Amino acid sequence: MNPTNYLYLSALLFSIGAVGVIIRRNAIVVFMCIELMLNAANLAFVTFARMNGNLEGQVIAFFTMVVAACEVVVGLAIIVSIYRSRRSASVDDASLLSR
Amino acid sequence: MTSSNLVYLIALPLFSSALLMLLGRKADKWGHIFATLIAASTFFIGVSEFLAMRDRAVEMRAVTQKLFTWISVGDLQVDAGLLLDQLSISFVLLITGVGTLIHIYSIAYMSHDRDRRRFFSYLNLFIAAMLLLVLGDSYLSLYVGWEGVGLASYLLIGFWNQKPEYATAAKKAFVMNRVGDFGLSIAIMIAFATFGSVSFSGIEEKVGGASETAVTAMGLMLLLAATGKSAQFPLQAWLGDAMAGPTPVSALIHAATMVTAGVYLITRSNFVFDAAPNAQLAVVIIGVITLLFGAIIGTAKDDIKKALAASTMSQIGYMILATGFGPAGYAFAIMHLLTHGFFKAGMFLGAGSVMHGMNDEVNMRRYGGLAKYMPITAITFGLGYLAIIGVPPFAGFYSKDKIIETAFNAGGVQGVIFGGAALLGAIITAFYMTRVMLLTFFGNKRWAEGTHPHESPVLMWAPMAVLAVGSVASGYLLCSGKAFVTWLAPVVDKHKHEHVEFLPPIVVSILAVTAVIIGVSIALLKYRGEQSSEAPNDVSIFTRAARRDLLQDDANEFMFMRPGQKLTQTLLATDEKVIDGAVRGVGATMLGSARGMRKLQSGYVRNYALLILIGALLILGTIWVVTI
Repeated sequence: MNPTNYLYLSALLFSIGAVGVIIRRNAIVVFMCIELMLNAANLAFVTFARMNGNLEGQVIAFFTMVVAACEVVVGLAIIVSIYRSRRSASVDDASLLSR
Repeated sequence: MTSSNLVYLIALPLFSSALLMLLGRKADKWGHIFATLIAASTFFIGVSEFLAMRDRAVEMRAVTQKLFTWISVGDLQVDAGLLLDQLSISFVLLITGVGTLIHIYSIAYMSHDRDRRRFFSYLNLFIAAMLLLVLGDSYLSLYVGWEGVGLASYLLIGFWNQKPEYATAAKKAFVMNRVGDFGLSIAIMIAFATFGSVSFSGIEEKVGGASETAVTAMGLMLLLAATGKSAQFPLQAWLGDAMAGPTPVSALIHAATMVTAGVYLITRSNFVFDAAPNAQLAVVIIGVITLLFGAIIGTAKDDIKKALAASTMSQIGYMILATGFGPAGYAFAIMHLLTHGFFKAGMFLGAGSVMHGMNDEVNMRRYGGLAKYMPITAITFGLGYLAIIGVPPFAGFYSKDKIIETAFNAGGVQGVIFGGAALLGAIITAFYMTRVMLLTFFGNKRWAEGTHPHESPVLMWAPMAVLAVGSVASGYLLCSGKAFVTWLAPVVDKHKHEHVEFLPPIVVSILAVTAVIIGVSIALLKYRGEQSSEAPNDVSIFTRAARRDLLQDDANEFMFMRPGQKLTQTLLATDEKVIDGAVRGVGATMLGSARGMRKLQSGYVRNYALLILIGALLILGTIWVVTI
């Protein structure tokens, strides 16, 4: 199977994630869209590694997963604390900096 | 020779002035008496110094006192020191003597003024500053006194500063004096640059080796200083307005002492002027212009004090004229200064006495026939009058006669021009002083209603009487056997110049007396008999010009005030529009752009995410475009 298709898939996933981050209001969904974008990037890395026949892309994919795990921990904690203080998980409600 | 007493001459009145100012109303009861006693004590110090000096040999007469090292910077070494020589002592006696008399007079004259103590404090300040001026042994010490008398003059002209026009007169005098002071400070700078010294003795030593340009420049700057302080052309306009001050001030400061500081300055700087003939010529020309200028103004003034002020200007013109003739003239200038100090101060006090009896009326057209009601004032004023117009054997005859003689002796065309101008001035002087006499003391009564003229109290007429005696006798005493010329020669005529005679003295005397007779006759013809109490309006253009002070204020306004105002307005506009505009423009630009930028910061996470995305896409697009 032509590896280019994986790249198309990666681009598609990334775009879905990006659009999701921009248009959705629920912090959890935004958060999942970010995960989607990270994984799209991972997919691209792995594909490039396969196309070029070396392991560097795969190694970086592992790093990305580690970073993503950390990000999940911190991000979820922030979302939970925002929810506790504001009784809402909407990202638009957390716009205090502009005021 | 050194002495340690000189400093008390200055310290006593200075201390008294400070004390009266600091104690305020607490000193109201005894302030005037205290100040008068202090003034009298300076006079006694002066007299004792004079007697001691007279007993010493000629070479030993000058006395110095070093006070402290004042400025010590690099090459500049200035000691604050005092110098009392034959020239200074003449001034010290005049200042303290006339000063004491005027203090006594003021006790009565100012008795109704609630600020009398402040007045006496200023008078003592003036005495201290004037003594410092004549006792300083360097131009820098002189400069301090020079500024001090300017300050005292300002304070006293504006003594009744509740009247705005009086305050304006004080300001005018101060500003015009500042122009002259600027000349003096430049002269001091030139002296330091050229000679490396600012003391009289230091400069005198080195003046022979300096370039004539530098010496001439210094001379001209000293002349500028003299024109400012002595109300000489072109800085003469302040003196008439300075009559706003109380009359004793006009007598002491603006007739007898301060305004003659310019003559002192030029005489003291004789070594500079003797080395700069061009500066000397300038001095003579200024003197001639002013003596005619003042005399012409004097013919048209109806305000008795302004008429006397114009006369002061004219008489100082004579003195300046005499100083311009170098060693031949210095002694005569100072001699005229001393006699003038007597008769002009006496006449001013007489004018004050008349005003005292006439409800402070100053318009001579509202006087008339006062001789009967104020006999003592009339007699003392009359003696001063005879002295100023130069009737022999009164004081003015001797001194003015000598100046006219010196002017003729300058020789050639110059001598004839200057001597002729001085004679013409004598005619006009006789005319306007006779006019003052006739309008005030003789003729019909033109008083305002409710005026009851009366003789002034003894405290007022006694000083007038003393000054009148001086007006009668001082000329003969100073002149007989060339007493004063010999006395002053060690200071101003060290090299014993040979004085050429163009006209024999007796001829000049006859000419001068003829001039007096002409002037008096014209005035008698014109002002004899009934006079109107209003100034006539159908007068020639010359009278009009003289009434407007020969357009001196208009000229100053046109040449300096208007362009000055234009300049300041332009500078103000530039400051507001260009400099402030630039500053405000920067602020406004920052503010505007910040307002635009703030719109980007919505606070919504997705907006930032979108921006990041757009940014990333732009970068990627750029890389893509660049790589292919």
